[in-house]
Amino acid sequence: MNWGSVSEFLAMGGKGLYVWGSYGVAFAVIALEIGLLVMRRHAAGKDQ
Amino acid sequence: MSSASPQAAVPVFNWFKYASPQTFFPLAGALAPWFAAIAAVLCVAGLYIGFFVAPTDAQQGESYRIIFIHVPAAWMSMLIYLAMAFWAGVGLAFNTRLSGMMATALAPTGAWFTFIALWTGALWGKPTWGTWWVWDARLTSELLLLFLYFGFMALQAAIDDPRRADKAGAVLALVGVINIPIIYFSVQWWNTLHQGSSVSLKSAPTMAMTMLTGMLVMVFAAWAYAIAAALWRVRCIILERERRSDWVRAYLGTAR
Amino acid sequence: MRDLTLAWRRRSDVFTSVIFFVIVASLFPLGIGPEGKLLLAIGPGVVWVAALLASMLALSRLFAADYADGTLEQMLIGAAPLPVVVIAKVIAHWIAANLPLVLIAPLLGLQYGLPADALLVLALALALGTPSLSLIGAIGAALTLGLRGGGVLLALLVLPLYAPVLILGSLAVEAVGAGLSAQPYLLLLAALSVAALSLAPWAAAAALRISYE
Repeated sequence: MNWGSVSEFLAMGGKGLYVWGSYGVAFAVIALEIGLLVMRRHAAGKDQ
Repeated sequence: MSSASPQAAVPVFNWFKYASPQTFFPLAGALAPWFAAIAAVLCVAGLYIGFFVAPTDAQQGESYRIIFIHVPAAWMSMLIYLAMAFWAGVGLAFNTRLSGMMATALAPTGAWFTFIALWTGALWGKPTWGTWWVWDARLTSELLLLFLYFGFMALQAAIDDPRRADKAGAVLALVGVINIPIIYFSVQWWNTLHQGSSVSLKSAPTMAMTMLTGMLVMVFAAWAYAIAAALWRVRCIILERERRSDWVRAYLGTAR
Repeated sequence: MRDLTLAWRRRSDVFTSVIFFVIVASLFPLGIGPEGKLLLAIGPGVVWVAALLASMLALSRLFAADYADGTLEQMLIGAAPLPVVVIAKVIAHWIAANLPLVLIAPLLGLQYGLPADALLVLALALALGTPSLSLIGAIGAALTLGLRGGGVLLALLVLPLYAPVLILGSLAVEAVGAGLSAQPYLLLLAALSVAALSLAPWAAAAALRISYE
């Protein structure tokens, strides 16, 4: 186990901004893509 | 990414049976959730290994943990372009409608991965080399790759007739795929000759086994996700394009 | 050839792209300042980028006129193989739109204080590199034929593919400045042009056929 506490985990040895900035944006992008896909599927299924 | 093809996934069936949008549509719908589930499980596992098992890097400290998202995204960005060009080539050679749709469906996912690779690269570069952006060979090629994706999508978006859009995009994707190695080598050469502005990325420390495992698990997660996203998008494209066909009407009628 | 005489008749077009080239290359010192050292350092790159843009702007005219008056359609069903037609058109286009750039580039290099041997290499590098620009550009021009927003789209398609030529071309000129031989870069530029000549006409011909389907 690498981390003694949650705050230590979030701090990432002082590099938290960079690490979480990377993962945050990456997963936001993936969530956005999934959201766009769901909307597109919805639109494709609706109007004829 | 030929594993997105029906043959690789369901080897018992004849390739051509699933080459038509109508038969591929339910298959894609059946496969996509599986790939999505695999992606989710691998992603959780990979992140667990990456954050809780893999040790702190001796040189870079914790910021190296960006590698678990950065490297898979960078690999996928290139791999998806290759897959796109492959489907585009198949579409041109055999004049199958589905191949063009696959190429079109892959492009946005590839562009997103390229963006993620660039973004995480910048956030990794700042604590490691003290700068957000270096005109390094890999970063610069990645940026040009993003432009190639943009060009592909913009060209297809500008053409109203989907058949023409597929074929024009296919020619562009194939031209792009021939150019990628030329771009990479010229950029690399340019970079080594301009020593002043470059930071050597070659001094990567040897990776611990757990780091490598975490990274590879994340690579497979990204792979599975890309397949799932492409299959979902190809379903949307099929529905949009075959809107007037009887089977789509029947499908939508029963689905509602 | 017919295309050349046509180009001669529309020589104001040629004139425009040359003027564009000169203006772009002359704007940089205005934006950056007149320091000789800095200008010398950026000169090769700036002249190359300006040449790239000027060459690209001329591309939209490559097939546009023939597309508009239906000549292109006849070429598609004509006796001559389409890639050969494409090569002929690209050569005519290169002479009309890029050769003037090659000839005037040394003058622009003077503005940046490049020495005489560098000027020679600059012209040589442009002469060897611009054919591949025209050839790659022909694919883009054929793909965007008759599309809305064609001009900007063409730039988006073609400029990333121009990157290797730009890199090698500027490196050739910079090598002279650093007292090195420019020969390897010039040979690579020539190799790129030959490679483009062997592939691009077929791709452009395929793209033209697609545009007419």
